Amino acid sequence: MSGINFLFPEFEVVRNDDRCIRCRVCERQCANEVHFYDAARDRVFSDESKCVNCQRCVSLCPTRALKIVRSDCRLRENANWDSDTIREVYKQAESGGVLLSSMGNPKPLPVYWDKLLINASQVTNPSIDPLREPMETRVFLGKKPKTLERDGNGKLKTELTPQLELDIPVMFSAMSYGSISYNAHASLARAATALGTCYNTGEGGLHEDFYKYGPNTIVQVASGRFGVHEDFLQAGAAIEIKMGQGAKPGIGGHLPGAKVGPDVSRTRMIPEGSDAISPAPHHDIYSIEDLRQLVWSLKEATGHVKPVIVKVAAVHNIAAIASGIARSGADIIAIDGFRGGTGAAPTRIRDHVGIPIELALASVDARLREEGIRDRVSLVAGGSIRSSADVVKAVALGADACYIATAAVLALGCHLCRTCQSGKCNWGIATQRPDLAKRLNPDIGSQRLINLMTAWKREIMELMGGMGINSIEALRGNRLMLRGVGLNETELRILGVSHAGE
Amino acid sequence: MKRVYVNEEWCLGCHLCEYNCAFANSGARDMVTALKGKPILPRIRVEGEGDVTYAVSCRHCRDPICIRGCISGALHKEGGTVCIDREKCVGCLTCVLLCPYGAVLPGPDGAAMKCELCLKNACGEPACAAGCPNRAIVYEEREEETV
Repeated sequence: MSGINFLFPEFEVVRNDDRCIRCRVCERQCANEVHFYDAARDRVFSDESKCVNCQRCVSLCPTRALKIVRSDCRLRENANWDSDTIREVYKQAESGGVLLSSMGNPKPLPVYWDKLLINASQVTNPSIDPLREPMETRVFLGKKPKTLERDGNGKLKTELTPQLELDIPVMFSAMSYGSISYNAHASLARAATALGTCYNTGEGGLHEDFYKYGPNTIVQVASGRFGVHEDFLQAGAAIEIKMGQGAKPGIGGHLPGAKVGPDVSRTRMIPEGSDAISPAPHHDIYSIEDLRQLVWSLKEATGHVKPVIVKVAAVHNIAAIASGIARSGADIIAIDGFRGGTGAAPTRIRDHVGIPIELALASVDARLREEGIRDRVSLVAGGSIRSSADVVKAVALGADACYIATAAVLALGCHLCRTCQSGKCNWGIATQRPDLAKRLNPDIGSQRLINLMTAWKREIMELMGGMGINSIEALRGNRLMLRGVGLNETELRILGVSHAGE
Repeated sequence: MKRVYVNEEWCLGCHLCEYNCAFANSGARDMVTALKGKPILPRIRVEGEGDVTYAVSCRHCRDPICIRGCISGALHKEGGTVCIDREKCVGCLTCVLLCPYGAVLPGPDGAAMKCELCLKNACGEPACAAGCPNRAIVYEEREEETV
């Protein structure tokens, strides 16, 4: 609009010229074109206004000559009008558009995981050493029968509904092919297979190369129905209906046409270069009855051998919503908290809509128990599960398993620069540019995911052993194993835990 | 025997292998001392540009044509690895002309230089493979034998 740019660069590129050997790897590796070499002066310079602080150059600089720091250029301090708020006003005054962001909510809202502490055995009830004694982390997700009946020979008479078997209570949550690269999907698929857990296609169909990972794949049906066809549904171990996403409850999705290349186009079954717009609602679901129809349609289409997951964002009436879903015939409910990640979401929605997963999970678990229908569904909690301790706390609050995605992409190299929407991911994750996507070698990516999950599994076993629990099943909903610190009465009541010291 | 293999599918063209190679063969303690303000003399070179790039270094051929052509006996084999005794080299550069991969290069002092798999420097294993950010360069045993 005018020649004045109100936005000063957020970061500074600090180059230690004593160390810089002019190898120019920073220049070659920056898709934002921050670094440039001036042959006449034999020096590398940078245009920090383009820097997103993804740290690719920092990680690859062989002499550690680079660091990216927050610019100390400051607007006058104002506790009400903080710098970010003012910058957003400037951006909108310039563009007239809705602000876009990526990844999870970065605001300093309470993280209840950090206010919950885990119990351990002392004296009267022995703790268990997972290195010496068996410790079970396997879980089965799906509807559980109220009672088991056996015939005269001890054979099971009760017919079991389909179950999703996982060696660890952690799955990789939905990220579509389109929002993330082929190599990112390959890494997730290979790691899930090696780990005996599942990854999730997200709403973008399943690339033909990945059908072989079907037994460890959850196929997603979302409001745009992209890439959904019979073979796709048959390919997965479970089918997920996505009603909502924690990062952007109440709205759909938008994959820009620029990311819809030949492969994405074929996989999504849409024309090349066309925007893939997922509507906010499913246009055939306006009630629990409608959801029930879709659940049973999908079961019918796949011969009733696969569990159906319904994924919803954690919102105000989540307990009542979950109760409805449990009665719709769904086998598993996935709840996504407000800190969950995304490849792109309107900033206001990401930062201001939804509720914390800890409170949502606790209230759903309590409500389903009160109504006597907890065994009809398994619960999967997602939306910023950051460590094995978060997993243990989630299970103690009632989750059967957790979904992780931000932690998974971090393992793949993501540095949380939160500019996925630009499509220029320097780490080869959230991009479709072939030159950038090739930066993620799935041999490395899958191994890093396997390492992360193996480490978490060991930690989960250690934490369980400390509590004197040798099976994750015995931890589920075991809120006596949790105590709150610095929480008020209402928070403690909703979480169903006592305060530390009680 | 273990060799350096390059998979161009994963080569990013970042050229770090060249700098890691030059550093490993410099004998210096740190990369800045070794390479800052000096000509970079790697035994591995990234070829190609744009979307297709790949690093090229000595294949350590089973029957190396460079050794057959060496008039001074400087080039020789040590347990499969093609090595050069730079004291013996007379700088005729016949090897440079003969190598079909362009992997033997004239050194700054007149003698030829080439990859010796970092077996004779402080790195101990090929620095190009160890430092490759995307495992495009690997040092491994494979069934196939090169010429």
